[in-house]
Amino acid sequence: MSRETLAAALLPSPVPVRFLAEDGTRVDEHGGYTAPPPDRLVEAYRLMVLGRRFDVQATALTKQGRLAVYPSSAGQEACQVASALALTDADWLFPTYRDSVALVARGLEPGEILTLLRGDAHCGYDPTETRVAPQCTPLATQTLHAAGLAHAMRRRGEEAVAFALIGDGATSEGDFHEALNFAAVFKAPVVFFVQNNGFAISVPFEKQSAAPALAYKGVGYGVRSEQVDGNDAVAVLSVLDDAVAHARAGRGPVLVEAHTYRIDAHTNADDATRYRDPAEVEKWRAADPVRRLETYLTNENLLSGDDIERFRAEAETFAAGVRDTLNADVEPDPLSLFEHVYAVPTRQLAAQRELVAAELEAVEG
Amino acid sequence: MTEISMAQALNAALRDAVKDDDRVLIFGEDVGPLGGVFRVTDGITADFGEERCFDTPLAESGIVGFAVGMAMGGFRPVVEMQFDAFAYPAFEQITSHVAKLRNRTRGALSLPMVIRIPYAGGIGGVEHHCDSSEAYYTHTPGLRVVTPGTPQDAYDLLRDSIDSPDPVIFLEPKCRYWAKETVSFTRDGAAMDRAVVRREGKDVTLIAYGPMVATALETAEAAKAEGWDVEVVDLRSLSPFDDETVTASVRRTGRAVVVHEAAGFGGYGAEVVARVTEQCFHQLHAPVLRVTGLDIPYPPPKLERHQLPDVDRILDTVARLQWNDEPAVAGA
Repeated sequence: MSRETLAAALLPSPVPVRFLAEDGTRVDEHGGYTAPPPDRLVEAYRLMVLGRRFDVQATALTKQGRLAVYPSSAGQEACQVASALALTDADWLFPTYRDSVALVARGLEPGEILTLLRGDAHCGYDPTETRVAPQCTPLATQTLHAAGLAHAMRRRGEEAVAFALIGDGATSEGDFHEALNFAAVFKAPVVFFVQNNGFAISVPFEKQSAAPALAYKGVGYGVRSEQVDGNDAVAVLSVLDDAVAHARAGRGPVLVEAHTYRIDAHTNADDATRYRDPAEVEKWRAADPVRRLETYLTNENLLSGDDIERFRAEAETFAAGVRDTLNADVEPDPLSLFEHVYAVPTRQLAAQRELVAAELEAVEG
Repeated sequence: MTEISMAQALNAALRDAVKDDDRVLIFGEDVGPLGGVFRVTDGITADFGEERCFDTPLAESGIVGFAVGMAMGGFRPVVEMQFDAFAYPAFEQITSHVAKLRNRTRGALSLPMVIRIPYAGGIGGVEHHCDSSEAYYTHTPGLRVVTPGTPQDAYDLLRDSIDSPDPVIFLEPKCRYWAKETVSFTRDGAAMDRAVVRREGKDVTLIAYGPMVATALETAEAAKAEGWDVEVVDLRSLSPFDDETVTASVRRTGRAVVVHEAAGFGGYGAEVVARVTEQCFHQLHAPVLRVTGLDIPYPPPKLERHQLPDVDRILDTVARLQWNDEPAVAGA
């Protein structure tokens, strides 16, 4: 392929790929992508309803002091759910702290997902069993891990893909660029999925990047790139399915930017009215991804009122389970502090373990 | 048996590790056909193929972060940072991920990987090529930090580090790359985590590591003229610290001096002094002293002789160890 042809093949769609207008009617801006089959869309809808309810529940739990903090992904359900649905059990997901709903959609236990935010343990689930890396707090660092693991899996002959989630702010970090470059040079089967939700805590996209779209950043690294309407579940799922298939086929990494919006503040601890206009939030509420898909599926007779009721009831039960799990008082064992610092424990840690054990004994009498 | 240099011993260790374990991969900037700027990876790509030893894009954070993923995927990466100060872009990956992944995942994921960092000065290098960065790494729980002082230890420690289930920061003293010794390739497994008494003596213990081991041994020879019988302990493992070997030595001699090239303030030597003082207080005839680099950014080559602890400076310090009930520190 000549350099010109290659560059053209890497370029994202000039406008974000979209199947659904904001009112849920079908539009033709999908750039040749095929809409996923109805059963997949209904499943996406079910998980989006579940994910939204989870998000609301988790936010409520911060108010009750059960969670130290919760970064909401309300408004980003299409991205969250599609991230999980695009992957097989053999694929690895590399989430950030904001991607709890993606983990719910992947089927992880809510109690295990929220362990981090509750303060019991840094990672409550087993990453090897779930093929979900610990939710990453440093920005963009995990994109390199995804590239390395993708390369490792390919070398081992596994047909698995690594899928790394980041936000718009993280694209300013050096590791994001190094990861794109490494993945491209090694042709690693990794998908980088940027949820551009408009803000890095309080800094708006305009102050984050001068690029016409973050999707263009892939081209310079030789990474196939795409941009998609992040509030259109049909489009996000379609684009991510295609990206994962591209990577799985050994054709190299893909960068996808979803244009979406963070309806809530950065976390429950943040006051978003200090840095953004409420009218802007209202505008984006009208583009709600859950309602948009619901309207579309209903209009297409793919979803009945009974289905909707059933999914909502399921989500209520799920939320009640989350409440029960999080309301249980769990006291982590202080001596577990000394486990897993090293595979081979050091003598210094053994001595410190004895100190804490003696303190505990003194307190407990 | 022929004598080989430390660089050749490291090369042999890498070759043997690659030969013995399919999971071992070597990568970094210039480690392929060039064989590394110090030739530590010389010929490995030619002999074992690019699958086992390969060049990467020039990005240290990328190299370490990519290695994290490769280790998660079942490989055992041995990566090179080329020069001490070039590793700083990878610092976040090292401290936030390499050191912590086992702990964060409660043992589910381990990172058996080695980060090789040619470090310290004494080779007339220009700025950013001579830092002694050990304190940054030893201050980070979850890492093992080792540094060989001899070619034999270079071979043994590197083999042990590659076999270690824990991530290892492997600091290679650049000024010792060309030091030669007859090296045995049969490992006794005793180097990892253990200090060693390099030279026995009964009056004072010099505690050194990496580039300063040879200087400490020279000092011990020179001290004979003063009538001092100097013991030299080579730490080898900076983290974890081998209290047992060090304390046993200081309890025997009753005096100790810690020697390192890095800046003294907040440095690794402070930790050694604290540990020795805590554990040997009643056997000490004098305060434990340090001879370190100056608290300045590493100087330009024409001035580095003032930075590096040498035999004279160490002897002068040994002389302050209250041999005649004089204060140890001038003016104190």
